[in-house]
This record gives sequence, C-alpha cells and structure tokens, in this order.
Amino acid sequence: MMENPWISGLVYSAVLVTVLMTAIAWISWFERKVAGRMQSRLGPTLVGPFGLFQPLADALKALQKEGIVPKDADPFLYRFAPPLTMALALGTAAVIPFTPHFLGSDLDIGVLYALALSGMMAFPIWIASWASNNKYALIGGMRMVAQGISYEIPMVLAALVPVVLSGSLSLGDIVEYQHVNGWFVLWPPGVGLGAFMLFFTTALAEGNRIPFDIPEAESELVAGPTTEYTAINWTIFAASEYGHSVITSALASTLFLGGWSGPWLPPLAWMVIKTSVLFVTITWIRWSLLRLRSDQLMALCWKYLVPFALMLLLVAGIWTHVRP
Amino acid sequence: MESPLTPYLPMAVVLLLAGVMAIAIPLIAGLLGPKSMTTAKSEAFEGGNAPMGSARQRFAVKFYVVAILFIVFDVEAVFLYPWAVNFRALGWFGYGTMAVFASTLVVALAYVWKKGALDWES
Repeated sequence: MMENPWISGLVYSAVLVTVLMTAIAWISWFERKVAGRMQSRLGPTLVGPFGLFQPLADALKALQKEGIVPKDADPFLYRFAPPLTMALALGTAAVIPFTPHFLGSDLDIGVLYALALSGMMAFPIWIASWASNNKYALIGGMRMVAQGISYEIPMVLAALVPVVLSGSLSLGDIVEYQHVNGWFVLWPPGVGLGAFMLFFTTALAEGNRIPFDIPEAESELVAGPTTEYTAINWTIFAASEYGHSVITSALASTLFLGGWSGPWLPPLAWMVIKTSVLFVTITWIRWSLLRLRSDQLMALCWKYLVPFALMLLLVAGIWTHVRP
Repeated sequence: MESPLTPYLPMAVVLLLAGVMAIAIPLIAGLLGPKSMTTAKSEAFEGGNAPMGSARQRFAVKFYVVAILFIVFDVEAVFLYPWAVNFRALGWFGYGTMAVFASTLVVALAYVWKKGALDWES
C-alpha cells in the first residue's frame, strides 16, 4: 500500500472502474464480431476501422433516446434497479488480485465477498421485474431468482475446494498458494478440474448466459426482466451483464487457473490472458448451444451438480490430509 | 491511520463509483433525450394489445419450494466456510465431524428428491 490508504484506495478504485467500463464497451464490440463470424456475417463494420467505434456510437445513441417509465411501474424501484445491478456487477472486481500488488481490497474473506455479491445479483433483477409491472418481466424475474439461488449452492461448494486446499478465504493468498504449489485446475488430479468445470458452469447460470438464459428467453418472454427498460437504462443492464461475465471469468481464473501466476510473461498479462480465454469460451458457448428448459435446468442443478459438488469437497478434504 | 477496516475502503469506493455512475448517466440522458410521452408508449408491453390487469398476481408454489431448499442448503454452505479455512488445524476429527454434517444434508436431499420436490412438473 502507498503512503495514504485513502488516496491510494480512491485512485485504485477510479482506475479499476474506468478500465472495466472501457473494457466492457469493447467487449460488446468483440462479442458482436464473434457472433457475426459464427453466423457467416461480418458484424459491425461501418463505424471506424473494423467497426471499432461501434460501442461509442451505441452509447451516444442510447444517451439521446427517451427514457420511458411505464405508467403502472413503481418509479423509484424502476430507476433503482440499474444502478444496483451495476454496483454489484463491478463490485467484485475490488477483491480480485490482478497482479501481486494491483489488488484493491485484500480481504481475508475475499471469496465470501465475491460469492455474496454474485448471489445478490438476483435482487436488482427481481426489483426490475417487479417494478416494471409487466407479466413477461415478472415471469422472467421469477425464473431468474429461482435459477440464481439454485445455482448459487453448487457455485459456493465449488469455490470451497480451493479454500480447503489453500486454507484461506483471501483471493490474494489463494493465488500465492497456487503460484508455489501449482494451479488448482491441475491438482488434485481430476478434483481440481471437476471443481473448475462446476464453477464455470454455475457461473454461466448465475450470469444468466446461454445455455442458461431462460429468464430472458426472447422467443417466449420478449426480453425477460428488462422488457420495459429502454434507452440508457437498458444499456446499463446490458453493460452490467457483460461486466458480470468478465469479472466471473476473472474470479474463476483467480480461484482455479492460478490468477497472475505463470512463466515468462508479466503477471498482469497472464491475468488478462486467462480471463480473456474464459470470456471467449463463454461467448463461444453462447453462439453454439441451445437454451435449456426450465425444469431441465432445475433438475441439472439439484440432482447432479449439488451431489457432485459435495463429493468433490469430500475428496478434496481427503487429499489435503493425505498429502499436506 | 491503519485501521482494520482500511482494506475495505477500495471495495466500498468501487461499489459507490459504479452505483453513482449508473445513477448519473441516466440523469444526463434525461437532459439530452426527447420527452414526448403518450399513453400508448407508457403502457406495459403485452404483445401489442392493451395490458389486461396488473402483472402482480399470485405465482406458482414451486418457486417457494426452491426458495426453501435454497435456505436449507445455503446455510449448510455457510457453515462449511469456517471449517474449510481451519481445515488443516482440525485434522481428521474435523473432517469426520463435517462429513457427518454433510451426510445429514445428503439425507435431506434424498428425501426431497424422493418426495418429488425436485421435479418441476408434478
């Protein structure tokens, strides 16, 4: 830490939020390009070279549109949901170690904090769907909450595996431990990989991404919880969803892929590479797979993922005692 | 200057900055955007027809079952966290204790499963 914790904390947070917002803007460009290529289209090409200025054009357009609050909606809650979702989506970033030193809050309960914020993402979605007073929005919101809280359990249990192995809830310590002992995705053989796959799958469901995007199944529910949102309010929701995906990718890299640890390259480069690989995988899955049905989704979670997570945890515990 | 709460400062600032930014941007948009509200525009979207009644009605009881299951298992997960941190210090005794605790929840899961609470359509 620098001389004054207040100043360094403020500077760190400002830099982090700015970088994340910029990254989110161009990630939307990237996703549209990937989507285009996967569907034999070009994606954005007109604004700037390779359509690179498309996010700026989108933001300016959204800023100039009329923000409509439906007449039967609850005006306060309707306006309150987007800022809340943005704060929760970006808030996790504060505890993620991007390099050994570039780390905002090295909380001794970092894992718990990250998972708590992820779990709280159900609140803004539910507030948005309830405040909208729209039937599609409410159905989407109910599905979102049911899915979010169900998948939180295997997610929390999967995140426990690195905690058991490293004996710490601090994300900084978990990465240090992996730096010395090897990435958790590689050891214990099978268990680490299983926990990583489980965490990644549940993160897709928590982030409301295909194949788990049942809450906003556009073919049946218009746009789910965000049906009534227009202009910049909708943009904030969309940006938060991207932000959530990116930060969950970063969290998965931290917990299982060794975070900034890696040979030759500087730590930040490794962190960016690992996060990008995971995010590209999420995008790839999104444009490849179909959507599950609601009952299939619940059955998958409770009948397979929860017992699997408990089993992984018990095996990881045995491993820790047998080979300390 | 170094209080135990100091590490929490960047975390709070990130939360605050993101929230304030997301409040400020719609305010700017409110100044920039046109304002031409009409009745049709302000109605909830319901496939193009006029909305019928309030959306806030009773919904299926199965969502409550999910909520109850969540509480049961999430409390379990929260209990597992302090155990996981002190895992090495607790040794095999701690492992055995928690295995018994986890197995009672496996029994609960099996019961819920057999009762059909995990099947969406029943």
